[in-house]
Amino acid sequence: MDSEAMTTVPGRSGPPGWLELQRTSRPLGGAVAAGSSAVGEVLAEVGRSEADLRRFLHGLPGVDQVGAEARAASLATRSIKTSSKLWALEMAVRMIDLTTLEGADTAGKVMSLCAKARRPDPADAAVPPVAAVCIYPDLVPVAKRALAGSGVAVASVATAFPSGRASIAVKLADVRDAVAGGADEIDMVIDRGAFLSGRYGLVLEEVQAVKEACGQAHLKVILETGELVTYDNVRRASYLAMVGGADFIKTSTGKVSPAATLPVALVMLEAVRDFAEITGAFVGVKVAGGIRSAKDALRYLVVVNETVGEAWLDPSLFRFGASSLLNDLLMQRSKQLSGAYAGREDFSFE
Amino acid sequence: MSDERLVVRKTYKLYIGGAFPRSESGRSYAVVASDGSFLANAALGSRKDLRNAVVAARNALAGWSGATAYNRGQVLYRVAEMLDGRRSQFVDEISSSEGTSQEEAAASIDAAVDRWVWYAGWSDKVAQVAGSSNPVAGPFFNFSVPEPTGVVGVVAPQSSSLLGLVSVLAPVIATGNTVVLLASETRPLPAITLAEVLATSDLPGGVVNLLTGRAAELAPVLAAHRDVDALDLTGAPASLVVELERAAVGNVKRVLLPQACEPDWAEAPTPRRMLAFLETKTVWHPVGL
Amino acid sequence: MSNSYLTDQPEHVVWEYSPAPESRSIVHLQPSYGLFIGGSFVEPVDGNTYRTENPATEEVLAEIAAAGLGDVDRAVEAAGRAQKTVWGPMPGAERAKYLFRIARIIQERSRELAVLESLDNGKPIRESRDVDVPLAAAHFFYYAGWADKLEHAGFGPHPSPIGVAGQVIPWNFPLMMAAWKLAPALAAGNTCVLKPATTTPLTALLLAEIIQQADLPPGVVNVLTGAGSVAGAALVAHPGIDKVAFTGSTEVGKDLQRALAGKGKHLTLELGGKAANIVFEDAALDQAIEGIVNGIFFNQGEVCCAGSRLLVQESIADAVVERLKSRLSTLRVGDPLDKNTDLGAINNADQLEKIRSLVEEGEAEGAVRWSPSCALPEHGYWFPPTVFTNVSPSQSIAREEIFGPVLSVLTFRTPEEAVAKANNTTYGLSAGVWTEKGSRILWMAQHLRAGVVWANTFNRFDPTSPFGGYRESGFGREGGRHGLAAYLDV
Repeated sequence: MDSEAMTTVPGRSGPPGWLELQRTSRPLGGAVAAGSSAVGEVLAEVGRSEADLRRFLHGLPGVDQVGAEARAASLATRSIKTSSKLWALEMAVRMIDLTTLEGADTAGKVMSLCAKARRPDPADAAVPPVAAVCIYPDLVPVAKRALAGSGVAVASVATAFPSGRASIAVKLADVRDAVAGGADEIDMVIDRGAFLSGRYGLVLEEVQAVKEACGQAHLKVILETGELVTYDNVRRASYLAMVGGADFIKTSTGKVSPAATLPVALVMLEAVRDFAEITGAFVGVKVAGGIRSAKDALRYLVVVNETVGEAWLDPSLFRFGASSLLNDLLMQRSKQLSGAYAGREDFSFE
Repeated sequence: MSDERLVVRKTYKLYIGGAFPRSESGRSYAVVASDGSFLANAALGSRKDLRNAVVAARNALAGWSGATAYNRGQVLYRVAEMLDGRRSQFVDEISSSEGTSQEEAAASIDAAVDRWVWYAGWSDKVAQVAGSSNPVAGPFFNFSVPEPTGVVGVVAPQSSSLLGLVSVLAPVIATGNTVVLLASETRPLPAITLAEVLATSDLPGGVVNLLTGRAAELAPVLAAHRDVDALDLTGAPASLVVELERAAVGNVKRVLLPQACEPDWAEAPTPRRMLAFLETKTVWHPVGL
Repeated sequence: MSNSYLTDQPEHVVWEYSPAPESRSIVHLQPSYGLFIGGSFVEPVDGNTYRTENPATEEVLAEIAAAGLGDVDRAVEAAGRAQKTVWGPMPGAERAKYLFRIARIIQERSRELAVLESLDNGKPIRESRDVDVPLAAAHFFYYAGWADKLEHAGFGPHPSPIGVAGQVIPWNFPLMMAAWKLAPALAAGNTCVLKPATTTPLTALLLAEIIQQADLPPGVVNVLTGAGSVAGAALVAHPGIDKVAFTGSTEVGKDLQRALAGKGKHLTLELGGKAANIVFEDAALDQAIEGIVNGIFFNQGEVCCAGSRLLVQESIADAVVERLKSRLSTLRVGDPLDKNTDLGAINNADQLEKIRSLVEEGEAEGAVRWSPSCALPEHGYWFPPTVFTNVSPSQSIAREEIFGPVLSVLTFRTPEEAVAKANNTTYGLSAGVWTEKGSRILWMAQHLRAGVVWANTFNRFDPTSPFGGYRESGFGREGGRHGLAAYLDV
């Protein structure tokens, strides 16, 4: 990161710590777009130099692993039944980014996926469409055509997904390509190598550059929490992404294990909550990787509900990156409505 | 044509990684009763079987040593439940293997179950007895904790086919070690039946691996294997012991030597067999504002 | 293009959790219960009975025997005989197997025990299911394993039991307290006469049934339900009782200690507390908030070791209180048998009155009271989670044990001040410390006069971990190797 390019603000002895930002926080008054001036102000204060950024990130409160996991486990004991379960199942469907990210993907596969995204349950038109499909950039035009007029968004991964190991020029070209193809949302990966070697400024700059290249498209920033390992790192990376202009922070690429877990989601939701308090900006959270059962999905919704609250119980602020989850949600929904357990072949698998 | 129903005989195989494979060598040997009559063919384990067993034991170590002591105690208690449930099967097997009366065999299995229960109850107490906080002369909190050594190779007693076996096996796993065990050469059948008990007791696969075969063939391989951390030579033939001790030196294995003659397994044990396979870790941390 | 999923203002959603009731049908309540003496359920000699109710609804659950002096005699006699002729001489390995059986059956009947505990005590089913019953089983497992290895416990080569133990337990963790008392006593070779709390006899009686199922020799465990002032007092004073163990209020504990002066009985007491939960500015904040909530609202705050005083470093006090209030708005108060309930009913009317009167005193003394809005049921004994700020150390709500869901918030500036304030009490049961700095945790632990120090956690219990207080929180330890000391003649 080129620190000389950053303007210095005279008269300050150092960047504000997290606590100071809390004290001067703005009251929450309606959702503010994540790239707002409030966020820009925070960015200006903490992003002046690598050292300032490091001090800010390392000054955030730590996360006690055992305590965080215990809280997540306690929330997982919530028992969601009857009408509250039905509501949640349908909300979860609406929150899905229906995903296919395989080397073997073809136009045919993507078109099939889009058809399912528009109409998840062929036998029941009451089932709402999912939020988006999530695919590789070269298949964006196929998806755009297949989803035209449906309200389902096209999300594309980019920035040399999943590893992120390429030059910034290549990564930005990847983004521009997807945007040009019509992508409504971009799921980028942060440079974990840079993060883990402490080059926070580089990570921040890349998020900012990608955000710019996104244009009108919404940006989800994948932290790849499985590679970050500690919850302290997850908290710091969350803040980095948000200060950089993320519309969403996302747990994982789904290509690395462990991917999304309840405690990781808890920590990210806490970061999002605190960030909203400081800036008034609402950043969304997407959990991806390994979420296969409706039971799991409902647990995530409970964590959202009891950590950041109802405002985030909406596809505009919470997503599931998943593929097989959809059918399990449909099966559970079917059981709720009919009383009998559905069979696997009752739903198309793609 | 006899009226007697034909028995479906058990095939005695090895116990490795939670499964019951035959020896990869395809060999077996005849196990005979004390009166010379044929009992069964047991697998004649090979060095490759042993190698596989060590791999299984190593793979199981992180999970078993990382389980809570409470959890290990629960699993071991479950083993005792299963063992007690098969009492009459063991009475027959011990009696025919060792040539003892049914009463003596019964006393043996009863003692084996109680011995197993004794060790099951130790898993969550060893740290309190073998660990300590140490009052060092300085502003430090200092504590010592016992930790399992790792993969332990055990040569089971040659004579006491169940009680002796249990007495050397239970202490090693109660504290979190995993085991590759060579059963008695001439009396291996109760050991394999014990393996069936272990397999139905929620004991994770690979925590105990049990081989039957020739001590002279297998023990030296076990002793020299660099991924085995410790050895219990209790049942090793006297003529082999020195060679085995020397072979163990390669990776500085902890070695528990056999006594002059096989002990009286009916005697109450001491914590010795657990402590022999524990390391002690001492941690310092300053105490200050 | 406008996508339907993209809204600037998400529509206002309220996700109400539907009721998720645990079924009562697994419990087979009898209309009346006898005393458990000499291995059977018997009628009390004087025929006196009383009723136990469900504190969440005030519904009568069953008629319970009220033990009189004659019953105490019978029970102590049965226990004495059993100790001399059966249990004392029995090899430890056999005693161990009985205790393992009891542990196993508790596990097998865990759901039944959990539902019954919630019905009789008022605590949420989630807690009885996930904490009380598993810990009760675990205590029996742990001490079962000591019964056959007492010579290795560090009390000499031949430690012997004391004799007959008279054990009086409170209503806040009925089954768990029974396990804490019975397991070590029996493992060491003593026999027991247990007096459960008046308002919570049912799980002790079900435990007696389990003890029958385990075939425990008659007289080894006896259960006397009834009034503390009658059965309890008579029990502890009885000449046939060699060892007294009491868990309850400091006030009653002192009465007991006075009554036993000169009687030569072994005695252990586990009494009240007013624990300080100390949060430093460098604490892992979200987990510290959970720790504060857990510390005072777990079990409705009816916990001797509850973190009833929050000592928060002044620099973060406002932020902590704000976050705490926000967190408390997600706390669910209501039907104990609903699986989503976090805070259940107060156990009895007397206790509710005590809480109310102390809270009124707090307000009168100038502290500022706050509770999240929560709808409390019409019937039953309920108190909302309550936080007092603007509390000074001299106020009654900062000094007296409330034993309810009421937190008093005080501040400090330095670790030394925190320790001084934390120790400024006649109690000394527990304390909590929240900081990311290891040396400070250890320094605080060293200086806090409390029998249990929880660092970056709170209300954690384990059968291997000794529990007990300093000073007026009592003496003696339960749990661990140390827990055997109370029951061995050493």
